[in-house]
Amino acid sequence: MNNKGKPVYLIPYYLWIALFVIAPVVLVIYYSLFDLDGNFTLNNYVNFFTPVYLRMTLNSFWYAFLITAFSLLVAYPAAYLLTRTKHKQLWLLLIILPTWINLLLKTYAFIGIFGTFGPVNAFLDLFGMGEQQILFTGFSFVFVSVYIFIPFMILPIYSALEELNLSLLDAARDLGASGWTTFRRVIFPLTISGVRSGCMAVFIPALSLFMITRLIAGSQVITLGTAIEQHFLVTQDWGMGSTVAVFLIAIMALFMIVTGGSRKGVQK
Amino acid sequence: MRKQNRFAHLYLVLVFAVLYAPIFYLMYYSFNSGGTMHGFEGFTLDYYREVIQDTRLIIIVINTLVIALLSSSIATLIAIVGALAIQRIRSRRGKNSLLSLNNVLIVSPDVIIGASFLILFTIAGVKLGFVSVLLSHVAFSVPIAVLMILPHLQEMSPTLTDAARDLGASRRDVLTKVILPIIKPGIFSGFFMALTYSLDDFAVTFFVTGNGYSTLSVEIYSRARQGVSLSINALSTMIFLFTILLVVGYYFLTRRKSRPAAVSESVAEVGVPR
Repeated sequence: MNNKGKPVYLIPYYLWIALFVIAPVVLVIYYSLFDLDGNFTLNNYVNFFTPVYLRMTLNSFWYAFLITAFSLLVAYPAAYLLTRTKHKQLWLLLIILPTWINLLLKTYAFIGIFGTFGPVNAFLDLFGMGEQQILFTGFSFVFVSVYIFIPFMILPIYSALEELNLSLLDAARDLGASGWTTFRRVIFPLTISGVRSGCMAVFIPALSLFMITRLIAGSQVITLGTAIEQHFLVTQDWGMGSTVAVFLIAIMALFMIVTGGSRKGVQK
Repeated sequence: MRKQNRFAHLYLVLVFAVLYAPIFYLMYYSFNSGGTMHGFEGFTLDYYREVIQDTRLIIIVINTLVIALLSSSIATLIAIVGALAIQRIRSRRGKNSLLSLNNVLIVSPDVIIGASFLILFTIAGVKLGFVSVLLSHVAFSVPIAVLMILPHLQEMSPTLTDAARDLGASRRDVLTKVILPIIKPGIFSGFFMALTYSLDDFAVTFFVTGNGYSTLSVEIYSRARQGVSLSINALSTMIFLFTILLVVGYYFLTRRKSRPAAVSESVAEVGVPR
């Protein structure tokens, strides 16, 4: 095909990029410079560095870290064992299937499960631990989020494990490596790319979730996502909401550059 | 060795049990005449009747379907153009930067997409409601569809289009008679992907729906915030069955076309939850 000029039919796509990719980012940055009354100000940025917002950011990071770590802890062995099963494709499909179900419905189910009279409390009661307040705690938030994200952690790790050359494991065994050493020195380093993309698929959404926090954690957990939602839809303070969004975008971009950069290093 | 195997099976069974327990828990209590999600009292279909007779809910379901079908069709059309645009750029650098721009909406958190679209529509004077929801669904579906179509375009041999040109085909003929038929599987899966993203989306829609207009997931959220109501359970059971039907249907459709690629493709299609 020749490169003479840009054909007209390409216009919708470039229009889409300009309107829905570039403009929104510019607008968020622009709005972060205004206060509630529409006056130009840098106060939003000053406000962000007060203890309230800093604690919230740290909190958000801490929860996102916990969610990612627990997802990885559960998903890695599961992905490993999945590669060893017969009918892999079928099992994989069964892992994927729950992800097609609306996440709100799955979250809603936990309102019943973790509720005062729910099965978990009944189970605790049976062992004499009495009824606990599970709903509206940090624990329930982490548990439900891990539950939601597990398939997204399993899949990339699974595909990394699938690409693993099995003869390397035999070689490690022949050279006298124990099972744990083989895992630590051979299997894990070779599947690190899967682990990395799994962590990315979990960490970024975990930073910005707001529906799970609202439904399951009540007002106990406030993440960057809840803060943005609160500012935009409840208090209507778009300026401050945009400022939080700007920081979230910056953090994300940094995260991408760091993980993306090291991936290149591995490939070399 | 045998013992280890048994432990492995136990672990997998446990993971699957946890993965499916909440879903079946919801379904089980949708038949509870007691009206709560604990203490099963008796079997009833009342909540299903309630769902079917709820005209407001039916309108919302229709809204959701209309938005999904319309937005994914438009998004697929734009995505075809987009894939062609990315493909025709020769320099590696230009191609990569266009691809990065394309992927911005895929990696962005939903709250940010929602909030920034809310600003955009308010400034542009678009009334929040059907139009704003439709536009934002189109917007976040385009990059996914592009990513589904692009590999098929890259696999296509460039000599094919050259041959068609040599044989006197016009530009338009090359597009409709050579390129489009070849990338048809990509277009199909792009459309399907956009459809499921649109049906599932909550966070973005939540920001850009005004009063009086709602889609299914926004409605579920506002009902769930009010506490347990078994009509949500009945509704979710119906949605679950519908989803399975859709997935199985899609699975067999793609499997017939290219057997080995089907599962690896469906793996690639799982994105970040919306």
